[in-house]
Amino acid sequence: MRKDQYILGIETSCDETAASIVKNGHEIISNVVASQIESHKRFGGVVPEVASRHHVEQITIVIEEALKQADMTPQDLDAVAVTEGPGLVGALLIGINAAKAFAFANGLPLVGVHHIAGHIYANALVQKMEFPLLALVVSGGHTELVLMKEDGQFELIGETRDDAAGEAYDKVARVLNLPYPGGPHIDKLANESDEALQFPRAWLEEGSYDFSFSGLKSAVINYQHNAEQRGEEINPNHLAAGFQQSVVEVLTTKTIRAAREFKVKQVIAAGGVAANKGLRNSLEEAFTKENIHFYVPPIKLCTDNAAMIAAAGNSKYSAGHLSDMSMNGRPGLELNSWN
Amino acid sequence: MIWLGIDTSNTPLAIAIVKDEQVLASFQSSMKITHSIGTMPAIEELMEKANIKPNEIEAIAVAKGPGSYTGVRIGVTIGKTLAWTLKVPIYSVSSLHVLAENAPYFQGVVCSIMDARRSNVFAGIYANGEVVKEAHISLVDLLTTLDNMEQQVLFVGMDVSIHWEQIKEVLGDKVQRANAAFDLPNAAVLIEMAKKMEPSEVHTVVPEYLRITEAEANWMKEQKKNGN
Ligand SMILES: Nc1ncnc2c1ncn2[C@@H]1O[C@H](COP(=O)(O)OP(=O)(O)OP(=O)(O)O)[C@@H](O)[C@H]1O
Ligand SMILES: [Mg+2]
Repeated sequence: MRKDQYILGIETSCDETAASIVKNGHEIISNVVASQIESHKRFGGVVPEVASRHHVEQITIVIEEALKQADMTPQDLDAVAVTEGPGLVGALLIGINAAKAFAFANGLPLVGVHHIAGHIYANALVQKMEFPLLALVVSGGHTELVLMKEDGQFELIGETRDDAAGEAYDKVARVLNLPYPGGPHIDKLANESDEALQFPRAWLEEGSYDFSFSGLKSAVINYQHNAEQRGEEINPNHLAAGFQQSVVEVLTTKTIRAAREFKVKQVIAAGGVAANKGLRNSLEEAFTKENIHFYVPPIKLCTDNAAMIAAAGNSKYSAGHLSDMSMNGRPGLELNSWN
Repeated sequence: MIWLGIDTSNTPLAIAIVKDEQVLASFQSSMKITHSIGTMPAIEELMEKANIKPNEIEAIAVAKGPGSYTGVRIGVTIGKTLAWTLKVPIYSVSSLHVLAENAPYFQGVVCSIMDARRSNVFAGIYANGEVVKEAHISLVDLLTTLDNMEQQVLFVGMDVSIHWEQIKEVLGDKVQRANAAFDLPNAAVLIEMAKKMEPSEVHTVVPEYLRITEAEANWMKEQKKNGN
């Protein structure tokens, strides 16, 4: 029988300081997240230097809590996985240097994990991943379609050419004077609305799996400004619903087309925007019709967390891809296969 | 008692391992190697040379800043993570004071500086073994303060060369600068200072930036304007 494998995951790429212990790549033993959202709210967005400062304050507390909740000691672990990139470089460096020091002190192997691989592997924590698999990654910094023919293999088949979906959500939310981060607020307004304004859909060239949200974002912002100048009241619910419909329709349509073309067994959604109700419902409905398994992790595993890093780290560690003490933060890291 | 000392608060990297009264090994460099890449391998290598295993370390001393924000954070993060997981006490010491302690026998005022851009410096002023001042200050104000002390001043630190002409101009005969051998922080000195201090609670160890972030400064200004 194979020995159980326990990975400590550490994630500090943006504004959450997180640590988690995952067993055999799919079972969460502990999952601790210290969010900085309350601190960044006053600035209307994440301030990198402030984020880095909070990470140093929290990092050992969060790792200690992950071990305590798991009732484990460093000696019970098999490896340490940490987000190597992409992300805010100053923020990444805290998790990376803590992970290196922890691994060195306890004689543990170290694995550097791509943040988006982490978001995708969040699904392994909920059900078994089956390949070929298509992942729709929609987060604050990314909007991508990733094809995985095997465990640890990634092929980027489409990505945004400008704003990420989450970024567009947050920018539109700002125009509507909604608190940061705006995504969930727009989602709520849209769901409460009985009517939706019409906004354009960016399909791009025929056959393209790429996305573009900046045109939509500008259309929404212009609509709001024009109404304001004419002194007209707009209904924020209708605006939110119109924006969300456009985003959801494009994401759903392209994801379905890719799932068909690559004959995938499973489609998963990942990243913070995968928490979006409208998107979840639309994808679920569409893939039920298509008879393809569609999954999206619970919200707590969609937004940044370290369990997803431990899950991806488990696969990478099992494949024998280790990092050494010279690992650096890589804000522009590309998603490379490890199998 | 076996000590590990780490200073990454500016361009230089300093690491030392001290056993009781003996410096087993010490490393100093002013090469521009990112601390995030270089620090852990350098610790690993130095410990190998000193034949010390991680679990033999009994205390950790770390330079807490001021300095480069990112640089300070790397040393503090490594130091506090090691101290926490090895369950050993941690001591955090002012990076300016560590530099100044390179010249413990100087009769007069010792002033350590780090360049902070836009004609500002992080500066420490020490006299008769006491801390007179540690601050983020304009070079002009620093020199006025030192001038008014009417004592001999010794400047220490790599960044002294950036401002030496201006320093010399204001302080004239009253000022000297330490030679290059004393311009880099020495982690053995850091450890010797830590030996005389009380340890800190490991989770509370954070860098001493001596400056709030620009975003927070602007936010506070905004609050004041709105009467909050
Ligand atoms: N219900 C929702 N509807 C729409 N957007 C949402 C919802 N919940 C969260 N978001 C958006 O998700 C984003 C945050 O997601 P996540 O934490 O995965 O991104 P990130 O980690 O900042 O970016 P990346 O992972 O690309 O580096 C924010 O833009 C937020 O507005
Ligand atoms: Mg993320």
